Amino acid sequence: MKLNDQERAMLDGAEGPAIQRAMDLLMRYGEALGAERLVDTRNVCGTIGATTPFMRQYAQKPGGMDAVFSEFNLDSATVVQVPKVRAFATHLQQGMDPDYAELQGIAPEVVNLFRKGNAWSSGLGVQLMNTCTPYQVGNVPVKGEHCAWMESSAVIYCNSVLGARTNTEGRESTGAAMLTGKIPYWGYHCDENRYGTHLVEVDIDVETTADWGLLGYYVGEIVQDRIPVLKGIRHVPNLPRLKHFGAAASSSGGVEMYHLVGITPEAPTLESAFGPKQPVATIRYGMAERRRAYELVNATARDREIQYVMLGCPHYTIEQIWEAAKLLEGKRLHPDVSLWIFTPRVIKSLADQNGYTSIIEAAGAKIMTDTCSAMAKAIPKGTKVAAFDSMKQAHYLPAMMGIQGWFGTTEDCIDAAVSGRFNGDLK
Amino acid sequence: MSAAMNAGLDAGRAPGEKIILRGRKVVGGCCEGEALVTRDRVSGWGGIDPSTGTIIETRHQLRGQSFKGKVLVFPGAKGSSGWSNQFHIARLAGTAPAAMLFNEMTTKIALGAVVTHAPAMTDFDRDPLQVIETGDWVRVDADRGVVEVTKKR
Repeated sequence: MKLNDQERAMLDGAEGPAIQRAMDLLMRYGEALGAERLVDTRNVCGTIGATTPFMRQYAQKPGGMDAVFSEFNLDSATVVQVPKVRAFATHLQQGMDPDYAELQGIAPEVVNLFRKGNAWSSGLGVQLMNTCTPYQVGNVPVKGEHCAWMESSAVIYCNSVLGARTNTEGRESTGAAMLTGKIPYWGYHCDENRYGTHLVEVDIDVETTADWGLLGYYVGEIVQDRIPVLKGIRHVPNLPRLKHFGAAASSSGGVEMYHLVGITPEAPTLESAFGPKQPVATIRYGMAERRRAYELVNATARDREIQYVMLGCPHYTIEQIWEAAKLLEGKRLHPDVSLWIFTPRVIKSLADQNGYTSIIEAAGAKIMTDTCSAMAKAIPKGTKVAAFDSMKQAHYLPAMMGIQGWFGTTEDCIDAAVSGRFNGDLK
Repeated sequence: MSAAMNAGLDAGRAPGEKIILRGRKVVGGCCEGEALVTRDRVSGWGGIDPSTGTIIETRHQLRGQSFKGKVLVFPGAKGSSGWSNQFHIARLAGTAPAAMLFNEMTTKIALGAVVTHAPAMTDFDRDPLQVIETGDWVRVDADRGVVEVTKKR
């Protein structure tokens, strides 16, 4: 790795021990990658909180949040005092909603830890968006902007829909990037790595949010971490649809970038999507492949009686909350079922203002913020079977919590929450 | 050697036979241990339980098996960006692999290997998934870029 004078000075400790540790980590990381240099970034999305179960114990140790940041954001066993961040840094989802801590099984002293951690983070200059969807609430990078983001569903959105440039960073590299404004110049930062690798010929109508999830899950399963180029999209999607598509493709595989011909910014044409490269394979997506994705994601599901419906993975948009409110208006949840909807705090305040929160709560459901079931490892007591309108949550949560999980449309899920029985099927 | 030629693969050699692979250091250091090999990519967050080092992903080839103290041989990383954090926690919990050998370089695996502090290598002259089988004894010298495999069977 070649460093410029400023970077060299950081590594030599001219800007203090925390910056020195940050630059040391970036050097080790860059060399592991085989990168040749760093690139400046002013846009970082990461996580520095200590609310997930393992971190909580760590935050109780001497050094408190500085010790957490040193170990988990700088890979430094030596505790350094953390200075204010240099880059515009936004915080991703955390390990609880403090307003629903009891329901989420979180003890009051842990809520205090969360509040102290948030105050500490905002004191550093970190924006407490506390969401997996920073692009919904004020961090919308422009085409070509170099970013250092973690959260796979946000990374794929950043690269593909916005045309900004980020690799899938981790907790440690985003911590180092916040302090230094640097990240290895490698992978998706470079033009030549952003072209498509696989052609996906979409033979059927893909229109609903559920359809986009099924398509993403199938494509991710096939291309793994390569770059699919989708041709034959007959209906221009919207934010929730691409949010779901990307989250699904990055869960079943490791897709960090895709192109939709004629839709996404680096694919005005098929030729521009592949650039100088030829597709290594062509994949067809029809009814059989759609059915296959549905069966794969529902691999854990057997029993139709459900106890939990979770919506908002990735965090719901205001449009999705509006839709959920319309489906729930005038209804009551089945007494054995809980329905939790997850969204950024900013969007919940909009839902409050629009009256959706009242409608949803009148039905017996809750709107929660700052976290999700998978991050908080929080599901209602006694849950054996859950239903999701998210391929990502259906992929992860059953394994993490030892439950069965159904994937269905939002309508299927809300119907299940009201009836107590998941009646969804692939239509 | 004849068994290998017959099979057309490097796997399936005589017990005790030694095979040398050369590759690129990702994280330096030397160690040895028993191989745990999978052809499935490994997911970090939601894919492992770092308190035990166990793979938990629903449809994974190694579901229910622990990589603690093993030389983990795998194609690469997949899934959430919590990958590095989960292996970082595994290291602190004492459940991390002894070494990691993999084929596909990504930011997830690079950062994950760096914070796991275990020797790690990639860019091999031969595919380690073809050469190494679960149970083989593997000595990793990442600083010199050499892996020595002693076949179990």
